[in-house]
Amino acid sequence: MPSVHGRRDFAIIGELIEPKTRVLDLGCGEGELLAWLKEHKQVDGRGVEMEGARVQKAIARGASVYQGDLESAVEDYPDQAFDYVVLSQTLQETRYPLAVLRGMLRVGKRAIVAFPNFGHYSVRLAWLLSGRAPRTDRFPYDWYDSPNIHFLSVLDFEALAETQGWKVERRICVAGERQVTWLPNLMAEIAVFEVSAGAGLKPRPIGHPG
Amino acid sequence: MVTEVASCTFDRLELDSGVTIAPVEVAYETYGELNAARSNAVLIVHAFSGDAHAAGEGGWWSSMIGPGKAFDTDKYFVICSNVLGGCRGTTGPGSVNPETGCPWALSFPQVTIADMVRLQKMLIDHLGIGRLLTVSGGSMGGMQALEWAVTYPDRVASAIPIATTARHSAQQIAFNEVGRQAIMADPDWNNGNYYGGRLPGRGLAVARMVGHITYMSDESMREKFGRKLRTPDQFEVESYLKYRGYKFVDRFDANSYIYITRAMDTFDLTQRGALPTLFEANEARFLLISFTSDWLYPPYQSLEIVKALRGRNCDVAYCNLDARYGHDSFLVEVEQQTEVVRGFLASTFREAAANV
Repeated sequence: MPSVHGRRDFAIIGELIEPKTRVLDLGCGEGELLAWLKEHKQVDGRGVEMEGARVQKAIARGASVYQGDLESAVEDYPDQAFDYVVLSQTLQETRYPLAVLRGMLRVGKRAIVAFPNFGHYSVRLAWLLSGRAPRTDRFPYDWYDSPNIHFLSVLDFEALAETQGWKVERRICVAGERQVTWLPNLMAEIAVFEVSAGAGLKPRPIGHPG
Repeated sequence: MVTEVASCTFDRLELDSGVTIAPVEVAYETYGELNAARSNAVLIVHAFSGDAHAAGEGGWWSSMIGPGKAFDTDKYFVICSNVLGGCRGTTGPGSVNPETGCPWALSFPQVTIADMVRLQKMLIDHLGIGRLLTVSGGSMGGMQALEWAVTYPDRVASAIPIATTARHSAQQIAFNEVGRQAIMADPDWNNGNYYGGRLPGRGLAVARMVGHITYMSDESMREKFGRKLRTPDQFEVESYLKYRGYKFVDRFDANSYIYITRAMDTFDLTQRGALPTLFEANEARFLLISFTSDWLYPPYQSLEIVKALRGRNCDVAYCNLDARYGHDSFLVEVEQQTEVVRGFLASTFREAAANV
């Protein structure tokens, strides 16, 4: 599986997205994915990013990026404005993940969510053996300076999708360079879900978060 | 850099007020060369006290316009004209009213930002340019850029409004009014009929001094002047403001000050409808820039416009640049601004070429 700008999640997302569609990338960093999608898939893209230096690089790269907080930014777009709304490696950093996911399914037909799998065996082992907040390749931070404030696994996300009535259109799990199909909750380092609001099921309006 | 200094006269210009000015002259400069497809034209619109001389020696935005700069004159054909109501070559209150043979002074009709833009559009038509690659400016220039995008959306591939607003706040109107009152309090004011006599220079200088304070930030003033003394009984900052104030009198007409600040104060895009509705189906690309230390045109005013654009899913980029120089940042702190404008413009140019 090739990588895009050294990011495997980008390569997977890049493959999931159909050409000539409208894409919103939440937490788009320096706009690498948006630029790649524009060049290779003629996508009409927008991005949201909080960090000023990254926003400048993204705009300099030609991406239409808005500097702001993604959790409130997603509320400003009209209903179903995008074919895909992408949230890559950021869900675990958001304050109200459910509100963000609902917002994504309101403004987009499909939500593509990539996150590090907290169910991976290395996390479980690290926790079991050390008795301390686990630090692994995918979760390299000390508990006190980690951007991650929620920890979820492949199974956690699937359970949420089920309770919300969302339809999982596709699920791709990877470890290293390989795709994982056997025991994904144990073996996957990164999970990428493509989700829709489900047949005839309207996403609930965003209420008070939490 | 290929440069042309020119002016052009049109038979008549109809104003928002219903009054017609006939004839009307517009002074402009161009830099670089128009390509064969006429697709590389950039209109630069100046701020309150600017003029058509935007680039080259002494140009007010020479940091941004020129070979290899953000508005790269090796790639783009850059146009800048003096605004209607101005005093730097374009018809304004200091021009001679053909009916009386005397300067208009306060009999000059009130002009608006939309009137300024209408005259610019006549110039762009005259130059044979169908669609501008971009229209860009800061402060009052940003208002004109917005006006262009809202009124002539099919004539601009993009707009870059910088450090601007869709309408002045009470604070912005208040500072302008202090400037106007300072001019009118001058003993030589003579109700605007001072041409050929003593100019209301003291009033105009005071107005400019107040303006300069609002363009800077607390931080930049501390850095630049602190409590330094120029002479035993004069602070550095006092001397600087007086110098800038009196220098301004040499190049600016007090009546233009009054007319142009009124045009800024009365500019209000929301009078034509809620902001999002004004951008409905607008296909231009937008880049809005604000500055963290700009307290005269604070970032929230840019954000209001950006939110409206996003609410209609328009193609908009926005960044709030870390800058120390207050409102002046768009003129003096151009490194980050150059990076984003250059990239935005290059991608817009590529897309416009691909869509031809």
